[in-house]
Amino acid sequence: MAATRSPPRLLPSGDSAVTVEFSRNIDDDANWRVLALDRAMAAEPVKGVTETVPTYRSLLVHYDPVTIGFDELGEKLLALAQRPAPAVVRTRRWRIPVVYGGEHGIDLEDVAKALNATPGEIVARHVAGDYRVAMIGFTPGWSYLSGLTESLHLPRRQNPRLLTPAGTISIGGVQTGIQCLAGPSGWHLLGRTAVRTYQLHRDPIFLLEPGDAVTFVSVDAKVFAEQDRAAETGEFIAELVAS
Amino acid sequence: MSRLRVISIGPASSVQDGGRFGAQRYGLVPSGAIDRLALAVANTLVGNDAFAAAIEIGPFGAKLTARGPVRVALAGAPRNADIAGRAVSFDRSITIADGETLTLGFARGGSFSYLAIEGGILGEPMFGSLAVNARAGLGSPYPRPLQAGDELQTATAGGAIEQRIELPASTDAPIRVVWGPQDDEFPEQSKQLLIDSEWKISATSDRMGYRLEGPVLKHLYGHNIVSDGTVNGSLQVPGSGQPIVLMPDRGTSGGYPKIATVISADLGRLAQIPAGQAFRFRAVSMAEAQAEARKFAGLLRTLPDRLRAVESIDLDIDAMHDANVAGHAVSAVDAATWHARSSDASELD
Repeated sequence: MAATRSPPRLLPSGDSAVTVEFSRNIDDDANWRVLALDRAMAAEPVKGVTETVPTYRSLLVHYDPVTIGFDELGEKLLALAQRPAPAVVRTRRWRIPVVYGGEHGIDLEDVAKALNATPGEIVARHVAGDYRVAMIGFTPGWSYLSGLTESLHLPRRQNPRLLTPAGTISIGGVQTGIQCLAGPSGWHLLGRTAVRTYQLHRDPIFLLEPGDAVTFVSVDAKVFAEQDRAAETGEFIAELVAS
Repeated sequence: MSRLRVISIGPASSVQDGGRFGAQRYGLVPSGAIDRLALAVANTLVGNDAFAAAIEIGPFGAKLTARGPVRVALAGAPRNADIAGRAVSFDRSITIADGETLTLGFARGGSFSYLAIEGGILGEPMFGSLAVNARAGLGSPYPRPLQAGDELQTATAGGAIEQRIELPASTDAPIRVVWGPQDDEFPEQSKQLLIDSEWKISATSDRMGYRLEGPVLKHLYGHNIVSDGTVNGSLQVPGSGQPIVLMPDRGTSGGYPKIATVISADLGRLAQIPAGQAFRFRAVSMAEAQAEARKFAGLLRTLPDRLRAVESIDLDIDAMHDANVAGHAVSAVDAATWHARSSDASELD
């Protein structure tokens, strides 16, 4: 299979970064290749590379142009990207509690209407999903998950909200996500989790890694409130079910 | 240990350093000084590491009082400055005696100035940096912009010989960009418009992004792409067709196509262009951009070689010239005449 793979495109992102693009679309195979290249670069650091940022379909590679030039780095990246993916990739799996609907998921009813389903059916579909952290980006801990069932695909809201709560669990397009900090969002809000994917003064500060597997479990508002208090003091709340 | 107390300070002023790196994969952006050369110049003058933490001061003024002697240096956007009535020029070190107040006016011909302090600013680094990133709750000693009443702990001035620095002449040449990563999402006409047009920086710009005003840049396939990584200087084009240049507090990823990227050597220059002032872009090759990046790194590395001792009876000719904008003779040691005759006596208070 590796032999038939097309090489990624090297897209210049200024003089100190290059985007290694495997696909223009959201595509599971491309995301695996992004994560594989990211791991390969962690295992065998390329001189001059300062930081890598995996996204859905590309790996952004920051580097120091004093140490390595675009052409030399590009050749190394293409060679690394053509390597066959490792046969066994250890994947951590997290179970994340979510309180769905009501004040914590103000769009659940509207999503149900738009998809000709009951709110209970929407929650059941979302909880049934087997997700993977495709990328973390935009703001600290904002985890974009792939694996959303087609029966929950829905265009984003016409009018993005300027402020949505910390811990929001939402869907947008073909994606679902865990938003850590309060902030703007154009996605549909299904619920909230007490899990902090980013929390200062906790070890680790960032809970999830790109590539981690995620499932959701529905909890009621009372449990959420208890978990939220516990999370405030640095408890993970998320359950590591396999690693 | 001395302290520097903030008596008053305008918005968009915060502790910044070289930035925090290594966590962009978790959505944490580096932040750090918006004009790295100016930060490095100010730090070099007081004997600090080039990217030590300093105060990045926005377009408005500030007043700071020393508790214990504090040696400082100002660099970046020029502005009127005095210590207890004595005019202070930029690009040199100077010691504020115990109880004296440093007063800074509005920025002239730039946006951000840097006040570096000998010994740096005492704080608790997170990811190796004190830089303020208010959205992420990071920054030390305060995880937010500075405000009146804040107090920064710093070294007590050690009586070092004051220094000035000789810098290469500044330029207002076009801001250079390299195409990509998504220039193929735009028709040739949009790329021409970017290069051929005059642009202005909108007053709504901030450390996340500089919004540009100019002709509308059209997309080929709409304005949504699958979110990918961003860098300082990414020129993203949202649906309005008005580009936004991403700055040190940007999101680490974004879903708008990026037509071009400002070269790293010109980022500080772009950051200092005042809102409303016209400027142009020029496209350069990757080879030229990287040659400029190496030249810029060389300049940063050799800043200490450009230091010159300030003579003890130095009359501060720069400050006299600065203040003498209306053609009057002013005294460098009597700030009363200095303020009165400056054509730009735009103080904060």
